[in-house]
Amino acid sequence: MNTPPTPRPRLRTRAAAAAGALCLALTACGSGGDTAPGVSAEDVRAALEEGGEITVWAWEPTLEQVVADFEAAHPGVTVDLVNVGTGDEQYTALQNALSAGSGLPDVAQVEYYALGQFTIAGNLLDLAPLGAAGLEGSYSPGPWDAVSDGRGAVHALPMDSGPIALFYNRDVFEELEVEVPTTWEEYVEAARELKEADPDVYIAADNGDAGSTTTYIWQSGGRPYRVAGEEVSIDFTDEGTVRYTETWQRMIDEDLLMDVSAWTDEWYQALGDGSIATLVTGAWMGLNLEAGAPGAAGAWRVAPPPAWEEGDPSSAENGGSSLAVPAGAPNEALAYAFIEYANAGDGVGTRIGGGAFPATTADLESEEFTSAESEYFGGQRVNEVYAESAANVGQGWSYLPYQAHANSLFNDTVGQAYVSGTTLAEGLADWQAASVRYGEDQGFTVTEGG
Amino acid sequence: MTSTATAPAPPARRPPPRGGPGRRWAGWGFLAPFMTVFALVFVAPIAYSLYLSVYRNRLVGGTSFVGADNYRTAFTDPVFWDAVVRVGLFLAVQVPIMLFLALLLALALDSGRLYGRDFFRISIFLPYAVPAVVATLMWGFMYGTRFGLVGNANDLLGITLPDPLSPGLVLASIGNIVTWQFVGYNMLILYSALRTVPHELYEAAEVDGAGQLRVITAVKLPALRGALVIAAVFSVIGSFQLFNEPSILRNLAPNAITSGYTPNLYTYSLAFSGQQQNQAAAVAVIMGLLTMAVAYAVQLFGMRRAV
Repeated sequence: MNTPPTPRPRLRTRAAAAAGALCLALTACGSGGDTAPGVSAEDVRAALEEGGEITVWAWEPTLEQVVADFEAAHPGVTVDLVNVGTGDEQYTALQNALSAGSGLPDVAQVEYYALGQFTIAGNLLDLAPLGAAGLEGSYSPGPWDAVSDGRGAVHALPMDSGPIALFYNRDVFEELEVEVPTTWEEYVEAARELKEADPDVYIAADNGDAGSTTTYIWQSGGRPYRVAGEEVSIDFTDEGTVRYTETWQRMIDEDLLMDVSAWTDEWYQALGDGSIATLVTGAWMGLNLEAGAPGAAGAWRVAPPPAWEEGDPSSAENGGSSLAVPAGAPNEALAYAFIEYANAGDGVGTRIGGGAFPATTADLESEEFTSAESEYFGGQRVNEVYAESAANVGQGWSYLPYQAHANSLFNDTVGQAYVSGTTLAEGLADWQAASVRYGEDQGFTVTEGG
Repeated sequence: MTSTATAPAPPARRPPPRGGPGRRWAGWGFLAPFMTVFALVFVAPIAYSLYLSVYRNRLVGGTSFVGADNYRTAFTDPVFWDAVVRVGLFLAVQVPIMLFLALLLALALDSGRLYGRDFFRISIFLPYAVPAVVATLMWGFMYGTRFGLVGNANDLLGITLPDPLSPGLVLASIGNIVTWQFVGYNMLILYSALRTVPHELYEAAEVDGAGQLRVITAVKLPALRGALVIAAVFSVIGSFQLFNEPSILRNLAPNAITSGYTPNLYTYSLAFSGQQQNQAAAVAVIMGLLTMAVAYAVQLFGMRRAV
């Protein structure tokens, strides 16, 4: 078994905190003021000069070049970039390493929605004293909200963001003479028209995806999760949620959604051959389309996400990730140096060059970024659309501190609405109940609204 | 222990270095390599699971000793019992079908009337050599109603076959994969048992004027009983441990295969997605006992009939 006796994890996190204190006492290495004691900005500079070796767990493809540049800029530093899996696979590995207290990476990529499960247990190093506190103004408010706790602690630095946009296959819309929707009402209408014109064409592929559903609820103004430390409330009956549920239920009832799971071969094929006409998802999808449906080059375009009410530009985020330092990482100072380089320093430019969508406002607003023309999207200035969406992301959204697990229960509950007589609203109620049960089981105080 | 009995030099000639009890430890010495490995890879994990199952670790509040709480939770957990019933159903339907097919094939091979017997034997056995993960991916691809084999058949014939990955059919689809994989394996067990039947028995049957069918019912089937019981016990254990197939098909049919579809998948979800290793350990212990009980019952039942 690769998991140690259970009593240890808790002890480990305390031990990590204690180690921080010890560091302060023994080597006077901390000057972080009231925040968690530990390494300081000076240590970071010293670590860069001294050199050393760090391990980075990440799957973001543009980091490869960033690592090469970082090593070139700092000759004594070796960065070992390891892809231990995407998303959940990586979190499982990280959780196991944290439980074991050994084999920890120095830097780990963590999506915004999954940060909660690590911060609640004190598993991530507070980066504020290392220099992250001064970076607040550098990032879009959405991503910054996700990595900071609002009380001065910064758990990670934002790497990218996923403001949503409507990706649509223009050729399909033109050929079938259907208007490209600008509101969700029009979207449902377009779904009907597309299917009527060609029964093999669906407006979207969806068989139940937690990330998409929460994004659409976010965009429509729903705020089902409220989190204050260990107190959580869940309510899938607020106005915004209901608006989403009603719209989506119609599309399910009328069989307007293709029953294909995202990221499968079938999905990529359907994206390439025009049988999926649109995607409403994070800006990062552009890169994926280019790689996964190269045959459809020139056919796809990007537009602002459909509005829930005409003229309301409200947007939301889907995905996006950050780089964090696990508490107890072997080389915390050097780890932070790398994160800052990749997510606030020269690395950002490198990653944008590779096609990534940044979270840094300076880049989002720069002329060079917004005016870049994408060959795949027929020369369209796609970044302009994304940046506009990023500026309109609805405030005040939060995920559960155990969102990753809640998402794993999504298809058990809400997913049933796609394959049986259960309605979406009933599915969401089941999901809510399952999330409440798990939260209570894990010691949170969970209240149900509605 | 009686290691002295096989020792090449009788120890009696030498003056006994120590007293009688000392000599008893020599046996343990010979056993030590085995016992060490046995303790490490068999006893320790079980003991550790038992240890884990009486604690509870929470995101908020840390670890505490909870006694039999995890077991109580498991016994009243509808997800767990649904999963148990599901594999029970799977076992009751799939195992008999698979063993019957394996039996037919073994008898056909043994009949000696088959043209190209060796080719036949290897090609039926071949699926067993395909890793379960690869086999499931392959079948999952064929089951696809859009671009898979089922989809092709639909397009070609202008019909709409039922979706093999829909909630109502997915268990049968998994059964199909498992049968495809293990028929050859079970066939080999049965076939090798048939090869050990003394030739005189067949001669005697011939002298008595028995036809082929009579030979099968009077000679071959009784000779196969032991092997059939063993194959059944293996299959029972395999059914209870169903994991690879549902776990991989989940990517294609996330709504039809829930996170607690089979007991093993449930344990996996608890441990690795929900960080509920303690609850997972309790479920695993219960499942282990349950599997043992059912396998033992099958064996007892099979052997009693053999007498």
